[in-house]
Amino acid sequence: MSHVSRHPAGASGSPDAPVVAPGPTGFDAREVRSRFPLLTQPREKPLVYLDSAATSQKPQAVLDAMDRYYRTCNANIHRGVYGIAEEATALFEDARRRFARFVNASPREIVFTRNSTEALNLVARAWGGWALRAGDAILLTPMEHHSNLVPWQMLAAERGLELRFIPITGSGELDLDALPGLFADGRVKAVSFVHVSNVLGTVNPATELARIAHEHGATVILDASQSAAHMALDVKALGADFVACTAHKMLGPTGIGMLWGRREILEAMPPFLGGGEMIRTVSLTSSTWNELPWKFEAGTLAIAEAVGLGAAVTFLEGLGMEHVFAHDRALARYAMERLAEVPGVRVLGPPADRRGGVVAFTVEGVHPHDVAMVLDRDGVCVRAGHHCAQPLHDQLGIPASARASFHCYSVPEDVDALVTGLAEVRRLFA
Amino acid sequence: MSDLFRDHILEHYRRPRCHGTLEAPDARVEDANPLCGDRLVMDFRFEDGRIAAVRFTGTGCSISQAAASLVCEAIEGRSIDEVKGMTRQDMLDLLGVDDLGPVRSKCAMLALKTVKAAAWGVARWDDEEEESA
Repeated sequence: MSHVSRHPAGASGSPDAPVVAPGPTGFDAREVRSRFPLLTQPREKPLVYLDSAATSQKPQAVLDAMDRYYRTCNANIHRGVYGIAEEATALFEDARRRFARFVNASPREIVFTRNSTEALNLVARAWGGWALRAGDAILLTPMEHHSNLVPWQMLAAERGLELRFIPITGSGELDLDALPGLFADGRVKAVSFVHVSNVLGTVNPATELARIAHEHGATVILDASQSAAHMALDVKALGADFVACTAHKMLGPTGIGMLWGRREILEAMPPFLGGGEMIRTVSLTSSTWNELPWKFEAGTLAIAEAVGLGAAVTFLEGLGMEHVFAHDRALARYAMERLAEVPGVRVLGPPADRRGGVVAFTVEGVHPHDVAMVLDRDGVCVRAGHHCAQPLHDQLGIPASARASFHCYSVPEDVDALVTGLAEVRRLFA
Repeated sequence: MSDLFRDHILEHYRRPRCHGTLEAPDARVEDANPLCGDRLVMDFRFEDGRIAAVRFTGTGCSISQAAASLVCEAIEGRSIDEVKGMTRQDMLDLLGVDDLGPVRSKCAMLALKTVKAAAWGVARWDDEEEESA
């Protein structure tokens, strides 16, 4: 394999390796890569990790922060008055503050959840269950991850709500011309959509869509699972009412997600889960709720994971989110150029200048699962399947696709290894 | 990890045995693997407690389709009771692999689940799902 010499095991890429495509965009991806233990681990075959849209790898700084927490101050938060409990509480709330600053929000408006899915379920259940009435409509898109589709389906079935969908164009972008018709009867009370598609890579016009939705009196929910990890996010500028994110796609650990909600809505709506921490007073028959954001945080949360998230945010800020985005997009462009060289490969979604670092594709006559399994033999990790977006694949008329996705540690050689591997796919299945 | 792309798997994928449908089958069983969209439809004709004929159609990855070809070829003419007793190991042996990870296992075991559902006369057979030790 040609990439073997460029990716010596245990190193972050040899310093004299030829730069074959997009040069560094604000940071040196090889140097960044060296800070990710999993990517520099010596192994039989060099690992070519192209599945960051599923979950990102974690830098040493994140692992250290979590390890340090467990080794030095593991205690439950907001309860104990002893030293390490205070220390743990301070670390936890510091992570919240760091993330709040990262997305230009107030810490009061940041609710920790398990992941984006739970954040979106919180909105559907606690806000939707409270604010929506039979006959109301929820406007979604066909490119939603199941996490922003199924909770609304469940609520709609229970409450007699209608689900509507903004159509997508042939290039996999939202057809905003359809909006006047969709809003015409005044029944759309919520618009929930993905910021960056995890399949097509499409960057949706979130600010514009939020503005139009608000003009029609609808509440706006944004699934920022992919975007928060790859671009500068300013919840105030976006103009949404809720934004859902997850730490594990943004170099942090699994098990912790973040929901930003507009303060007045969070104040007005009822809590989601009941239990400890989310209450102010409890009697045998009734309770009153804690203040924001703890009103939405029942039970002991993932404390070490929050600490890890805080470290991930600091790491990303060190790189600069605008640089991360430019880096990912440059790799997506390079991947699209290289994949165009492979006969039978069809890339899904819009041109590189309108997408994030996600490139899904099909190989003519070869099931995506076979594509991924053949690539795996060379250590190339891509996702194959419907990527939790089955209705989108139905619309595209394909059962599944293969997907390569990038993050700050991805390098052009990863794309080269993918292209080399695809030649083997074609050889085996031609 | 065994190499799944060995010749005989690819050969069964390219030229599947027992491919097609039966007219007025005694049983038709359909199963799918939601993870990757593998789908199998199998038609059965039973005679004197035996599988007199079996035909399958389907879509999916090479492992799922080759496994269907292999298992259909293996059970044609066998007694229904024998098929009821088939195990995950039998399927691995047919594929010629030592073991499979949990994800690939689902592709490989879909065909076995489908024939066992037919043998037991149920719509769905889920017991081959468990992973290997």
